[in-house]
Amino acid sequence: MSAPTTPLPTYKAKDFASDQDVRWCPGCGDYAVLATVRKTLPKLNHRKEDYVFVSGIGCAARFPYYVDTYGLHSIHGRALSVATGVKLANPALEVCVVCGDGDLLSIGGNHTIHTLRRNVDITILLLNNKIYGLTKGQYSPTSEFGKVTKSTPMGSLDFPLNPLAIAIGAGCTFVARTIDIDSPHLGAVYQRGMEHTGTAFIEVYQNCNIFNHQAWFYASQKETRADSTILVEHGKPLIFGKDRDKGIRRRGGRFEVVQLGNGVSEDDLVVHDETDRGHAFTLSQMCHPEFPEPLGVLHADPERPTYDRLVHDQMAQAIEQKGRGSLHDLLHDAETWEVS
Amino acid sequence: MSKNSVTEDPVEQADLEAVAIRFCGDSGDGMQLTGGQFTSTSALMGNDFATFADFPAEIRAPKGTIYGVSGFQVQFASTDIYTPGDRANAMVAMNPAGFRANIADVEPGGIVIVNEDEFTKANLKKCGYEEGYNPLEDERIDSKFRMFRVAMSRLTRESLAESGMGAKDIDRCRNMFALGIVYWLFDRPLETTIRYLQEYYGKQKAKPEIASVNVRALKAGYYFGENAEVFPVRYRIAPAKLKPGLYRRISGHEAIVLGLVTGVQKAQKQLMYASYPITPASDVIHGLARLKHFGVKTMQAEDEIAAVCAAIGAAFAGDIGATGTSGPGLALKSEGIGLAVMLELPLIVINVQRAGPSTGLPTKTEQADLLQAMFGRPSECPCIIVAPRSPADCFEMAVEAVRLAVRYMCPVIYLADGYIANGAEPWRIPDLDAIPPITIEHPTSATKDFLPYARDPETLARRWSIPGVAGLEHRIGSLEKEEGTGNVSYDPENHEKMVRMRAAKVQKAADVIAPLEVRGPSSGEMLLLGWGGTYGSITTAGDRLRSAGHDVATAHLRHLNPFPRNLEEVLRSYRMVAIPELNLGQLLKLVRAQFLIDAVGINQVQGRAFRVDELVTRVESLIKR
Repeated sequence: MSAPTTPLPTYKAKDFASDQDVRWCPGCGDYAVLATVRKTLPKLNHRKEDYVFVSGIGCAARFPYYVDTYGLHSIHGRALSVATGVKLANPALEVCVVCGDGDLLSIGGNHTIHTLRRNVDITILLLNNKIYGLTKGQYSPTSEFGKVTKSTPMGSLDFPLNPLAIAIGAGCTFVARTIDIDSPHLGAVYQRGMEHTGTAFIEVYQNCNIFNHQAWFYASQKETRADSTILVEHGKPLIFGKDRDKGIRRRGGRFEVVQLGNGVSEDDLVVHDETDRGHAFTLSQMCHPEFPEPLGVLHADPERPTYDRLVHDQMAQAIEQKGRGSLHDLLHDAETWEVS
Repeated sequence: MSKNSVTEDPVEQADLEAVAIRFCGDSGDGMQLTGGQFTSTSALMGNDFATFADFPAEIRAPKGTIYGVSGFQVQFASTDIYTPGDRANAMVAMNPAGFRANIADVEPGGIVIVNEDEFTKANLKKCGYEEGYNPLEDERIDSKFRMFRVAMSRLTRESLAESGMGAKDIDRCRNMFALGIVYWLFDRPLETTIRYLQEYYGKQKAKPEIASVNVRALKAGYYFGENAEVFPVRYRIAPAKLKPGLYRRISGHEAIVLGLVTGVQKAQKQLMYASYPITPASDVIHGLARLKHFGVKTMQAEDEIAAVCAAIGAAFAGDIGATGTSGPGLALKSEGIGLAVMLELPLIVINVQRAGPSTGLPTKTEQADLLQAMFGRPSECPCIIVAPRSPADCFEMAVEAVRLAVRYMCPVIYLADGYIANGAEPWRIPDLDAIPPITIEHPTSATKDFLPYARDPETLARRWSIPGVAGLEHRIGSLEKEEGTGNVSYDPENHEKMVRMRAAKVQKAADVIAPLEVRGPSSGEMLLLGWGGTYGSITTAGDRLRSAGHDVATAHLRHLNPFPRNLEEVLRSYRMVAIPELNLGQLLKLVRAQFLIDAVGINQVQGRAFRVDELVTRVESLIKR
């Protein structure tokens, strides 16, 4: 690594563009995510050589090839395990995992739960398009029930899982959602995620215009967007709607949508508290079309120590207690006898 | 057990060359500890030894049943020995189940010491003896073995009656009473075990009262042997003439741990070892987890796949990445190993083989994963394969695995097995300065014209470039690489070139591996070729065949891929090549395929090591053919 005294160079987005041609389908939401990531990286306080992008398999997993940092395109579902190894070897590296819904939530589901609960200091970009793209259009774990695809001609029979609820349930310390078409929001959420110490889990609504076009239109199109999503900000009441005239109120243990006016004021609304895990979980249950779907940082807990730091702390503690290990002493650490 | 001389003491003294003794009882009877203590004491007396632990997969199977039996065999000798012994010359059985499960392994005329108090009607029934039958009353058994019935339960209780301890704690000391008897019988001092009991129970567990009753039981057993006039003969086994040096006892698992740490330190690196709990390989992470002050990181992963992938990630970032498992776990790691082959990163995969297929016999040994290690991955996916041949050899081969993995930038699969991993033998502690350093040079910002997949012409390995170095940013991945740049390439010619390159690189490792050594005549009638954990049995069988006048040599492979360069020449020096393996002929297939040599297999898959006498018989029948 470079000496800490050298000042951080000023980077531009193009410094993070590799020499490889980007080969996603024209119109794919991944382009927007890639452009936003390249734009955001120069805003972060790290050297280019300290970034490592890790991925599994799928369309999204080609991401590392297009970012001019260190990168590792691994195998299906295992990106988080590879990323954990990278962080254990060198916690100073800034690791970002990019994967799709099939990669992260189906074949790699086990690693997702365990990486989140360990709080490995990495950022996960889940590019969720609710479909298997690279294998040409099978339904994914986030596809809606009854999804008609080549593998489910009569409609899929399994209910979709909710990535944010899983992340919160697994104890993830930073849980957020954003959308490919809103570069400023995506960039801001990504920047916070990268700056978070611990596992940052960011779900990105990403459009696959070939196999699942319009899956997110309710959340992305001008006409419907304001009524079907809600931007959550810490300390602010939950208000949404084109005219910002609707809000979320707590009734009993549940949330409900209310129209402001007629005796309902902002003071009656739920105020977003990203430090409250239970509140974040309730937010994660707000699903279209009954509710506007939350975008923004649902939960952030910067206090919990990271797995990679704890591993290194234990090593330091062992050295403090026992001294740096002597190989000679280790080999002799048993009853010995001399043969002459 | 052959007598060499007799003294005129009131109790006869006999000198023996080698004795194999088996301790057996319920898995709660502390037989592994008892056997381990006997071994430590014998080691300090200068005997050569080899041990074998045989325990059930169940942690506490129903008490008194056959499947709850735990056994420990140790052979100790005044000469060089290579196995724990085929048959026991002496056995201590703490209950009828232990007796029933093990008596067939005691040589006729052997000593059998039983805790007769446990041979009750109920216990006899529990281990499946017919109603009304008691082996202690069976004349055939009495005439076949030298039977000693000792009321161990009662005598232990009586000797500890005034200790103030509860009946349960007192009964737990029976194994020490038994050990005391055996120490007297084989003329061993009690000090090592007393020291151990005081250290373990007294200090580590902070229960000095438990240490004290155990020591008293041990002494009571010893004095019982001395005073009860039950045993007409006492045996002595002189120290062995081992190569001069400082020795310690080491098990295969311990040697793997020490070898990995030594290799990594010789490479001036940190180790990242990730694994998922599995029998019997878990002892590797148990050992490494205690060595954090050596720069060792251990990770108990959520599954086998996460473990291998975390090791790969660590290797990408500059650690020595290693993972360990047993049979079924290796299958789960296959895709990850393939990734490391493609990325061309160093990776060490320890496989402590066990009997399969599937869950198989988790605590029993086998060497049937060779072909899995060779071919058990999609496509053309070669790895270097090494196999330690004995518990102590696990050390040297672990250092070797680190050396080869970083030199050739590829996975090294390390095929140990349950027999040598759980077995122990004396180990001459090596001179650390005599172990050559492992040189690693990562490219730096000053490296000119860096290309991620440019190769060293000598090794064909690419360079190990790690993140954090300005100017060398690059991407690697599981898609086929373009030679040189490492960019994704679908070019047909390039693919063939890369497939052949990865294969050639692994074969290059033969440049630096030791030639195969032969024991016995360098040419002639028959060569016994083995690999891995069968070294002890095959070597002993070869020695025995030669002293019986047969023209037989033995050779033992520790490198399975690539083979040592002189293997073909060695094989062609004998009229017949026989390959004993604890599988249905896996090395046999490789040898026949590679050299077109009409070798024959000697195969056994019983979850245990070869018996030397069986091996001798099978080789003799081949010679006569």
